[in-house]
Amino acid sequence: MNVELNDIHKTFGAVHANVGINMKIPAGTIQGILGENGAGKSTLMKILSGFIQPDRGEILLDGQPVSIHSPADAIRQGVGMLHQDPLDFPPMRVIENFILGRTGGLLTGQRAVLEDFKKLAGQFGFSLDPETYVDSLTVGERQQLEILRLIWLGAKVMIFDEPTTGISAQQKVNLFKALRILAKQGMTVLFVSHKLEDVEGLCDKVVVLRQGHLVGEAAPPYNTHSLVEMMFGKEVSLGERPAGCAGEVILSLNKIEVEDYRMHIAETTLEVCRGEVIGLAGMEGSGQNLFLRAVAGMLRTVGGRIVLDGHDLTGRNYHIYKQNGVAFLPAARLEEGLVSGLNLTEHVILAEETRDFFINWEKGRQLTQKRISEFNVKGTPANTVESLSGGNQQRALLALLREELRLLLLEHPTRGLDIESTIYIWSKLKERCQKGTSILFVSSDLEEILQYSDRVLVFFSGKVTPPLDAATLTTEKLGELIGGKGWPEPTNEGKPS
Amino acid sequence: MKKNTWLNFSFQLGAVVLALLFTTAVLLMAGAPPLQAYLLIIKGTFSSIANISNVLTAWAPLLLTTSGVLITFSAGLWNIGIEGQIMAGAIFTTGALRLLQNSPMSPGWILAIGFLAGVVGGALWAALAGVLKTFGGVNEIFGGLGLNFVATAFALYLIIGPWKRPGIASTSGTLIFPNKLWLPTLPKIALSPWALGVGILVVILVYFLLRGTHFGLRLKAVGKNSKAAFLMGVPTWQYSMFAFLLCGAFAGLAGAIQVTSVYHRLTPAISSGYGFLALMIAMLINYQALWAAPVALFFAALNIGGIQLPIVLKLDSSLSGVLQGILVLFVLLVEGARQRLFKKR
Repeated sequence: MNVELNDIHKTFGAVHANVGINMKIPAGTIQGILGENGAGKSTLMKILSGFIQPDRGEILLDGQPVSIHSPADAIRQGVGMLHQDPLDFPPMRVIENFILGRTGGLLTGQRAVLEDFKKLAGQFGFSLDPETYVDSLTVGERQQLEILRLIWLGAKVMIFDEPTTGISAQQKVNLFKALRILAKQGMTVLFVSHKLEDVEGLCDKVVVLRQGHLVGEAAPPYNTHSLVEMMFGKEVSLGERPAGCAGEVILSLNKIEVEDYRMHIAETTLEVCRGEVIGLAGMEGSGQNLFLRAVAGMLRTVGGRIVLDGHDLTGRNYHIYKQNGVAFLPAARLEEGLVSGLNLTEHVILAEETRDFFINWEKGRQLTQKRISEFNVKGTPANTVESLSGGNQQRALLALLREELRLLLLEHPTRGLDIESTIYIWSKLKERCQKGTSILFVSSDLEEILQYSDRVLVFFSGKVTPPLDAATLTTEKLGELIGGKGWPEPTNEGKPS
Repeated sequence: MKKNTWLNFSFQLGAVVLALLFTTAVLLMAGAPPLQAYLLIIKGTFSSIANISNVLTAWAPLLLTTSGVLITFSAGLWNIGIEGQIMAGAIFTTGALRLLQNSPMSPGWILAIGFLAGVVGGALWAALAGVLKTFGGVNEIFGGLGLNFVATAFALYLIIGPWKRPGIASTSGTLIFPNKLWLPTLPKIALSPWALGVGILVVILVYFLLRGTHFGLRLKAVGKNSKAAFLMGVPTWQYSMFAFLLCGAFAGLAGAIQVTSVYHRLTPAISSGYGFLALMIAMLINYQALWAAPVALFFAALNIGGIQLPIVLKLDSSLSGVLQGILVLFVLLVEGARQRLFKKR
């Protein structure tokens, strides 16, 4: 299906999110849409998929002007969207999710649908068991389910919003393969991303958005340099890798064992120095998140000891850890980190550890204003957190941390953020390291792991490598370990090198 | 900003008008003259000092229960069990008064102890719902509903069993307490300044608690996102529990007032539905404590105004309840419509 956007405008309050966007995408093309967070990519895609209506402008599908009132309306007209977080129902089975969203028909006619499902899955080489429950699937598999569902519903245009965040390298390869098949079959694919590497490796054409404007287009062979310049209006470079360990041990994990109903992480020993950064790498669900939560006291260890700066905290809960200078920042910012409906001032006041009874709102507002400018949050003290963009939510979370921290634990600190925010967040984290805070972080971005860690632990289905020196580790080696190749014979001994 | 306020106001007004129209339709269907019915309600509210005092007497416990559910709603809890908590308060107060009525203690002290017992009873009953929720994983709506039945059944047992009137056992209630154990009233009318004072004091307290204290803010954080609140260092289950206890204490206080200043005995319907009414009020005012007092007054007026209906028009007095329920529905409906309308643009 040919898609044409003419002069699309959209404002939210004072923010002009889309300014006169014009695009033409012929059927069978993989069209990249590149831009940093807040550039207007998501707004444009939400307009095309019926989530919101444009203030002005028209959408043409195969030359016919259409108006799209809702996502359901969009899919009737052949436009489907895959969201960053798959919109499915985890407690239901794959096949039930597949049937959901179909209009008409009281009876589900499971058997016929099952045939369709298997045929479609076969076409793309997806191996999804229709009878398993969605909550046991990985993000990548849930994406596959969503793709099949949209095709089955008759989508001829498919929008992918940041589909490569949170999926493994192998799943990415599979996804790209599927997208190419889709395009070959005449599907129009819109690929929204801020990852240059992905866009360059996949897209037939790329447009770049910046602050609501369409600022440029490009076709292969791509010039990374000029794409970056279009995205940011200036060139950005990654920071320098800092020096290593200072020597004093802050955190010592002695043969700790962690388990949940799926996995057991065997005795792991690790000593973390003051100001050191340890990256925890691995495919999603390989045990690194369990490990991190155990070190935060959010998950009780089943063996071993955790000693923080001389205090034995084994078996204590998160609040005791917190009192001892530990902070944990979750990946799900709005679900676990921030309270929707409360504004920034209220968050700052909440985070203050005070024994006062009454709130001093004026003082709170001033403090919030100070934090906002210190952490470069784009927002006002009265803004609710859900009205901020992802990058600003992450900055806000950092701004809420108490000044003196011994240990900071982060899950995917820069997931879904653009390069500029990523660099900013890490510069703030590094500032903390210089003041003596040690950091443990989980990330599925190999480059982030190598770029910012002093040492790296790799997780593979509950197994843990000894700490590896990041300076001598390569992307290839790390990728292999994450994929389960090149592991030494089972051993979990590890002392700082 | 100002334009928005007006727009919101006109939407709210629209909801009230719609509710009135709908109730009128109901009246017409029942074959009653709507205008006369409304006039009766208004007359029943304001036409005499006695009526006004009745309205204020109903207002006091309603203020207490509304304040209570504002706290539990802030903590994200649906305290349906509030009816049982009022009942528990009433039972405890009655028990304390029965125990002490023949003692040499001065009536003032006995009343004070009765109030305290009511507070404890309500809080204990709420604590049960809280424990079921935090440690048993029982949703507070189901737990509360069950505990409501238990409380009513227990009151009935006491009324026709151990606390029955000498000679007869009637579900209409226990023996009326002697006059000295009635909460003192203003001369010539049934209004007790003590009850009214407690109600107003509590609603003011709760307003400031939710608006200006760390406790209130933490409570809201727990209610909106307990995971995030926990990571920010708020002891979440303790706060939920405390919300239950506070709400139960206020409900128990309402029960104590019903016993000492309205019925002067224990009856099976002593809660007068003020718990459920409070839940409706809280929804109607969108959990804004500022509006609790005036809206509760309006609801109390509707309740009292409706009393005349069966006598004069042979209508059931629950017409006021119909009007109250419809009002809440329409306000929620119009609010939903408003949000839809302005989001879509």
